Amino acid sequence: MKKTMQLIAVTLATLALSGCATVKPWERDTLADYTMRPDRDPLGSLLAEHMWFSREAASGGRSVGGGGCGCN
Amino acid sequence: MASRLAPCHAGDSVGIGEVFPDLAKFELEGKLPGDLNGKVILIDFWATWCAPCKESFPVLEKLHHDYAKRGLVILAISVDRDKKKVASYLNKKPVSFSVLRDVTQKLVARTNIKTMPTTFIVDQQGKVRFLHNGFHAKKTERQYIEEIEQLLKNNKPSNGP
Repeated sequence: MKKTMQLIAVTLATLALSGCATVKPWERDTLADYTMRPDRDPLGSLLAEHMWFSREAASGGRSVGGGGCGCN
Repeated sequence: MASRLAPCHAGDSVGIGEVFPDLAKFELEGKLPGDLNGKVILIDFWATWCAPCKESFPVLEKLHHDYAKRGLVILAISVDRDKKKVASYLNKKPVSFSVLRDVTQKLVARTNIKTMPTTFIVDQQGKVRFLHNGFHAKKTERQYIEEIEQLLKNNKPSNGP
């Protein structure tokens, strides 16, 4: 029992410490890559959103009004 | 464990009034200008993936043309990991001032800059006199000119009486 508690404590401590890692400004090359942009494919995003709000009848879609009939 | 902890600590940084680290002690790729003693040095940390950094290059080029003869040295230090990207960018948009690359990123880590780009303006004694976080077009350009003029006033005229 004691060992298990120790193991949990060590695991939690490791997780907490690993959460401190930060990306320095000069290390942001990967984050700045074009492929990381959410709007890199406007047509693809438009089609995906159309399918999304057509399917999600209950919610009305992602920031789009309507009942999800798929007609708009 | 120590390496895990490292990012949590506020690392060393170089601030206004402090002596800028000796560039020769870092493994910088590229040719460091020979005599930097007694010169006003503008040190710009930049990268090819950083849009405002690239936006500042025409301004730095203009400053180089206007002030190099009066004793200003511009050092643009790239923090890119990929050497080819730097070469490719400079082929497309060549510049007259010195461009180096901080291969090991030890210098940039030592200065612990907060933004990209970050520009240090160092006086004739090697002390950081001005520090710019980011590049804000005309506003930053005006500040660069005012600060460089202020520092170059301390230079003795080379062909004076």
